[in-house]
Amino acid sequence: MGEIKSFPLPSSVAVVPGTEGAQAAYPYYTQFVPEDDERFWFYNSMHFPEPMHHFDMITAEAAYCALGAFNTRVHVLPTTKGIDHRIINGRVYIGGVAVTDPAEIAERQTLFQQRAFYYYEHWERLYDQWKVKMKALIGEATDLPRVELPEWEPIETTHSGKGVAANHALVDIYRKQLEGYFRMWQHHFEFLLLGYGAYLTFFDFCKRAFPEISDQTISRMVAGMEAEIFRPDEEVRRLARRAVELGIDGLFEEGMTVEAVFAELDALGNSGATWRDELEASRNPWFNVNVGDGFYHYHRSWNDDLALPFSALPGYIAKLRAGEPIDRPVEQLIRERDQLVIDYRDLLDTDADRATYDQLIGLAHRVFPYVEGHKFYCEHWYTNLFFNKIREFGALLAGHGFFAEEADVFHLTHYELESAIIDLSLAWSSGSPPLGPKRWPAIVAERKAAIAAWSEHRVPPALGVVPDVIDDPAIVMLWGITRENLDRWLAEDGDDEGKELKGFAASSGVVEGLARVVTSAADIGTLRQGEILVCQVTNPSWAPIFQKIAAAVSDIGGSMSHMAIVAREYGLPAVVGTGSATQRIRTGQRIRVDGGRGVVTILDEVLEDA
Amino acid sequence: MPEAIAWFADIGIHDRPTAGGKGASLGELTRAGIAVPPGFVVTTQAFELFLAALEARAPVRAQIEACDADDLDAITALSAEMRRRVVEEPLPSAVETALLAAHRKLCGEAGAPVAVRSSATTEDAADASFAGLQDTFLWVVDADDLLARVRECWGSLYSVESIAYRRRQALPEGGVAMAVVVQLMVDAAVAGVMFTRSPTTGDKSVITIEGAWGLGSAVVSGEVTPDRWVIGKITGEISVRDISDKHVEHVPIASGGVEDRAVPDDRRRAPCLDDEKLQALREIGRKVERHYGAAQDIEWAVDRGGAVMLLQSRPETVWSTRAAAPVAEPLANPLGHVMGVFGVRR
Repeated sequence: MGEIKSFPLPSSVAVVPGTEGAQAAYPYYTQFVPEDDERFWFYNSMHFPEPMHHFDMITAEAAYCALGAFNTRVHVLPTTKGIDHRIINGRVYIGGVAVTDPAEIAERQTLFQQRAFYYYEHWERLYDQWKVKMKALIGEATDLPRVELPEWEPIETTHSGKGVAANHALVDIYRKQLEGYFRMWQHHFEFLLLGYGAYLTFFDFCKRAFPEISDQTISRMVAGMEAEIFRPDEEVRRLARRAVELGIDGLFEEGMTVEAVFAELDALGNSGATWRDELEASRNPWFNVNVGDGFYHYHRSWNDDLALPFSALPGYIAKLRAGEPIDRPVEQLIRERDQLVIDYRDLLDTDADRATYDQLIGLAHRVFPYVEGHKFYCEHWYTNLFFNKIREFGALLAGHGFFAEEADVFHLTHYELESAIIDLSLAWSSGSPPLGPKRWPAIVAERKAAIAAWSEHRVPPALGVVPDVIDDPAIVMLWGITRENLDRWLAEDGDDEGKELKGFAASSGVVEGLARVVTSAADIGTLRQGEILVCQVTNPSWAPIFQKIAAAVSDIGGSMSHMAIVAREYGLPAVVGTGSATQRIRTGQRIRVDGGRGVVTILDEVLEDA
Repeated sequence: MPEAIAWFADIGIHDRPTAGGKGASLGELTRAGIAVPPGFVVTTQAFELFLAALEARAPVRAQIEACDADDLDAITALSAEMRRRVVEEPLPSAVETALLAAHRKLCGEAGAPVAVRSSATTEDAADASFAGLQDTFLWVVDADDLLARVRECWGSLYSVESIAYRRRQALPEGGVAMAVVVQLMVDAAVAGVMFTRSPTTGDKSVITIEGAWGLGSAVVSGEVTPDRWVIGKITGEISVRDISDKHVEHVPIASGGVEDRAVPDDRRRAPCLDDEKLQALREIGRKVERHYGAAQDIEWAVDRGGAVMLLQSRPETVWSTRAAAPVAEPLANPLGHVMGVFGVRR
């Protein structure tokens, strides 16, 4: 038919001048090779929206090791294998590996039915077992010793006949950490694709039976009301209630700092101490939620920066004072969900459809607790422990002059970091100075500059020839990539001046208001009542601020993203996955959010930063 | 013997043979407690009395039945003759008296504008579409005009298209009759249509609402592209909002009739309904659908005071008459369904 539609070929994408060294430092198996021109790649902006620090690449590596293993070798998905990934200019491009040979598909179908069906049949038991495994893994990570190299080995080493010195522990901790991180990602993908697949099966049925049903309605039918993702926000509500009960709610005001509140609490004596105990109880584990998706080291958690949960306290306290309920009406939400399922069932035309619907909703409800619940354990709790432990290595190496500051450690690949740790271990043991301080500062400076340059550099959303159809279930499920999306991307190329942004319709309703662009957790305190949140990633840990905003817009995320779920629960319009909202919208601009259509319109010309 | 006049409150859907489809439906809605502008039906009995007077002067039905279905010239000449006779024949005094009395009762001494609409008795949708579906006279202000409009509705039975259709189908003229609805006019600020089943996909889970400024005739006639919303029937979620450029509206003329008026710029692209009104319409749509136990196509209006009223509701016929094939058969092992996602190249 028409001409072949193509994005730029991988070989035609130039490395940004001056960043060649930083590009070359990514592992060789992530560099594009000439044969890659034959394949289709797309930029995984959903999970990796920003240029990758060299250490943070470990998340892509560990995740694709695990995703591929389960797709290709464990569950044996019939029509798709794993995901290959490449990195250029700090951006992660991924490509699916489709199975096209009918004989191979047939063989894989048989294996899939033996294996995947076993998981579906024993889902509850295996998922319970999964939680035990994950908690044990988290326990191991929590129990890792502090990263330190003392001047003298403690006397206990002598008295206990321990037989190993601190430099051995250093390397051991690091390797255990990597092992744990890779294992966590294996666990993560043990259920994920099967869970999404079962949900998608119900989703497809609904779309055929009710062609105009919204994605949101389908997810509302399946949503669990007691999933872990709601818990951090619930803890903040609990703390607000406790503050009122203890008569100390006056301390929490808009614009307060965490330190000032702590000082005032300490001055209060008993009631202040009681509340701080309550806070500690909430923090472990529920404040182990990252302010991003947990894929970058700088997605810090509530525990690392209490500003976010604290910023939500004044709003909840004001509601409590006004006598308004702040608790999630869980039982009512469950009743409403169940009624929704019944009401849609009643609209079906035939007995056959009602029987199929019952089968599919049953399966979707079985798998959904994992789909919703795993993120707290994996992307939040474990990831947070992991990156914080790497920070300990960063502090130690910085202390020995390897680089200027703790966070510089993330400019090293995980191989390089191991070599630096071994360098330090050797130096500590030999009594000579380490060689790292002569090597790493220049490299860190070069990579910092590269990340800055890449951040300013726009990249194509995809590379290579557009396939006729995108029928890789993993890519459709996880990234929502369809032929229609790709055509839109091709058409939109260069359209930066438009006043309209399109995304996924995440939660319906239309609101006009002032935008507040929030690019980091530090900006969250600047949000004012009634503003429209514009952010890069949507994330459950941001839930508490939904009580004070009028609508939400994000660069990344699908209509099944957890933020979309929370937005629906708060009844706020939300558009997710706009691609570029934080770049095209400025704080203080008047915008209109149409959450039912997935459209954001910029109403002002004025770019006046507030 | 039925009366020449029947008030909405006294009739229901089973009175179609005497009140016509439109009249019977308005009676049924009124009885069901749906807000409908008050009015009455000039029944087929009134028509029969009038026809008897016509037949007494010269044959009507026999002459039509004698006409050759393929002889368009003859049908055209006959149609002209019949329509002239309908206009010239005096109304039987019993009919005229009853009609004028009902009109006074409906409009009060001060008078009020009414809508006059033909209300066909036939079940045949195609026939109905020739015979009178287009005969709606808005903002009829005085009694003389009312009488003339009722005649026009009756006369529409003898349009060329209508006669030709009946001859081709060889339908007996004995059953051919026309009722007329007379209803207080709603001075609509906004009006439009509502489908309790998607007209485009047949989806029963959504309600589609289309509306524009002024009287609904602008929407029904297609002179204006209406705003369009899709609302979850169960959830109330408004998933589509297409706000169009509504350049023109139909507004009443004080002396009678309606005219086109350009919509001022500030209203052209403004949504003509807010969420509250959309939800009110959705509730009404659900109520009517539940009442009939079938999907409905509805005409509605919002008066200047903000009250929502129904002007008409008829069963949806496009999707409801198709056989419903199952979307997917249940499987002995429910897990087999996931093979649709995982197992095959799509």
